[in-house]
Amino acid sequence: MKRLKLPQWLVLLMPAIIILSAVVLIPLLLSLYSSFTSYRLTRPDSLFNWVGLFNYEKAVTDVKFWAAFGRTVLLLAVALNLEMLFGLGLALMISKVTRGQRALRTMMMFPMMFSPILVGFQFKFIFNDNVGLVNNALQSLGITDTAIPWLVDGNLAMFSIIFAEVWTSTSVFGILILAGLYAIPRDPLEAAKVDGCTPFQSFRFVTLPFLMPFIYIAMAIRSLDVARAYDIVQIMTNGGPARRTELLWTLIGRTGYVDARMGYANAMGYVSIFLAIFFTIYFFKKLTAARKELGMGV
Amino acid sequence: MAQVHLRDVVKKYGVLEVVHSINLDIADGEFVVLVGPSGCGKSTTLRMIAGLEAISGGDVRIGDTVVNDLPPRERNISMVFQNYALYPHMSVRENLGFSLKISKRPQEEIDKAVDEAAEILSLTPLLDRKPGALSGGQRQRVAMGRAIVRHPEVFLFDEPLSNLDAKLRTQMRVEIKKLHQKLKSTIVYVTHDQVEAMTLADRIVIMRDGHIEQVGTPLDVFENPVNTFVGTFIGSPPMNLLDGTVKNGNIQFADGSTITAPPGYDLSDGQAVTFGVRADNIMPVGHALPRGEHIAEVELEVNLTEPLGTETLLFATLAGAEVQAKMLNPRPVQAGERLTFQVMLDRCHLFDAETGVALKV
Ligand SMILES: Nc1ncnc2c1ncn2[C@@H]1O[C@H](COP(=O)(O)OP(=O)(O)OP(=O)(O)O)[C@@H](O)[C@H]1O
Ligand SMILES: [Mg+2]
Repeated sequence: MKRLKLPQWLVLLMPAIIILSAVVLIPLLLSLYSSFTSYRLTRPDSLFNWVGLFNYEKAVTDVKFWAAFGRTVLLLAVALNLEMLFGLGLALMISKVTRGQRALRTMMMFPMMFSPILVGFQFKFIFNDNVGLVNNALQSLGITDTAIPWLVDGNLAMFSIIFAEVWTSTSVFGILILAGLYAIPRDPLEAAKVDGCTPFQSFRFVTLPFLMPFIYIAMAIRSLDVARAYDIVQIMTNGGPARRTELLWTLIGRTGYVDARMGYANAMGYVSIFLAIFFTIYFFKKLTAARKELGMGV
Repeated sequence: MAQVHLRDVVKKYGVLEVVHSINLDIADGEFVVLVGPSGCGKSTTLRMIAGLEAISGGDVRIGDTVVNDLPPRERNISMVFQNYALYPHMSVRENLGFSLKISKRPQEEIDKAVDEAAEILSLTPLLDRKPGALSGGQRQRVAMGRAIVRHPEVFLFDEPLSNLDAKLRTQMRVEIKKLHQKLKSTIVYVTHDQVEAMTLADRIVIMRDGHIEQVGTPLDVFENPVNTFVGTFIGSPPMNLLDGTVKNGNIQFADGSTITAPPGYDLSDGQAVTFGVRADNIMPVGHALPRGEHIAEVELEVNLTEPLGTETLLFATLAGAEVQAKMLNPRPVQAGERLTFQVMLDRCHLFDAETGVALKV
């Protein structure tokens, strides 16, 4: 009896290949395929209705899509920069603390321990115009006597979302930058002191260059995170009011599951992925450059 | 003017006192070397002068100013660190010019100072490299260049040569000495290598366990050690020490053998002493360079030889203890051979057996 003889390496890799195909490859190919069809969840047979690039054309000419795209980029830019600044500040302060540093480090991580959904609900309550904490506080303090429509006004709603996003994720920057601070060799800092640096100059010319790789790692992680932002926004504003806080993935989610136009949603998804890929490549380039600057390999 | 004065300077880490009330006056333009075994507080003392370590007690003055509470940048010092402490993200040029850039000097002045320092230290071809692309010796020179571009009043060196190989170390030692002759600034230099200390210093400060044991010129501390610690620490090989008691103008060792007591000591019978003699002052007859008028002869068995070329080190047994002797114009010596040695008594030392303190002439 002659059996089919597979090379040994292939046999050994088989379990991994099978699992990966089942959970990653096949869904991926399926979704890619469906983005070329007019697939609607309500009409399964439409999966075989090939429409070519129609969905893609529709996406790139759709104003709503580009508005959501732009808003996502805006959120990304504002939230990441704010988180970086706050995280840096937090890390610098914690690194200076001599007592209870561990406790503070743990406390800094608290916001990360909550599910984004819960954070969304929490801030939805905090910013509620009638019963919310913020308005109550402002009114009790006599700063304003009208209820500020935090989640109803388009601009304020975006602000509130950014606020929630920054609240949850500043600690990602905080903890990575703190790790960077611990890794800085003491000698160059002492040399800088002797060379005449004020504490600020030491920070600017020695500490910061050492921290840059850590900052870029945090940026890369967080840019992927924010580019797929969904839960907080979905809970807090559901993309509203009048789509004024609609982000890429709330739009895609709505198109796919509410309007049931899965083919179109998948097409938008594939376009959006370029955003994430772009930012990842961008920050990794920066990271490599910053590491090279410090003479740390390539 | 940049004298440095330490007045009763104390350093404590919590309750642990590591530098005990030391006093030291360093003249303007003087090259002072702090030397001592590992952990004796040399770096700590240097870092207190630099302002990198808080002073727990006493005063440090540079010039006429008490600098205890001044940050390093206001002390007009520069420091070369043991592991160079270069800025890895800056080129050699930027490393050299950094302190001038910080003090907002005009760019032409910075360029000129950097080029000059690079010239002195032969760094010119390396100016655009990063420290990561330099060899240890080159990094060391950059560290030194960074210190000299500022023309500080005081240079502080913390074991700058300890990471270099023996040959480079000798070379850099000469460079540092030349540099000092050229710049004529005050230098405080830390090392645990007594050869470095002897060759570089105008004055040597020998430290042990946070105390200063002796301060003096290299020759002075070599020839007149104040105690057995200095005697064994300075000079290579270390001074031979033998315990004995005074008897009728002789020193009697534990095994009963005796040697004439060195001249010029005020001794009383039965006094317990430690007899110290350097290898240079115990040499085989015919291979010696007799120094002084008082010479004793002893016959010893050679156990081991270390030929060094111009001289050979002989390990022999004297009064039950191993001593090191030197042989000039050496001839081959077999282990086990018995030779007659001359001991130059004028150059021998007597210390109190208990405290190790030199019995003064
Ligand atoms: N941060 C610290 N806390 C407690 N003790 C310290 C601290 N830093 C140094 N010491 C102690 O102070 C003493 C002197 O240290 P120092 O670094 O001055 O030694 P050194 O003479 O420079 O030695 P080496 O030749 O090894 O560099 C040592 O016993 C060391 O253990
Ligand atoms: Mg040291």
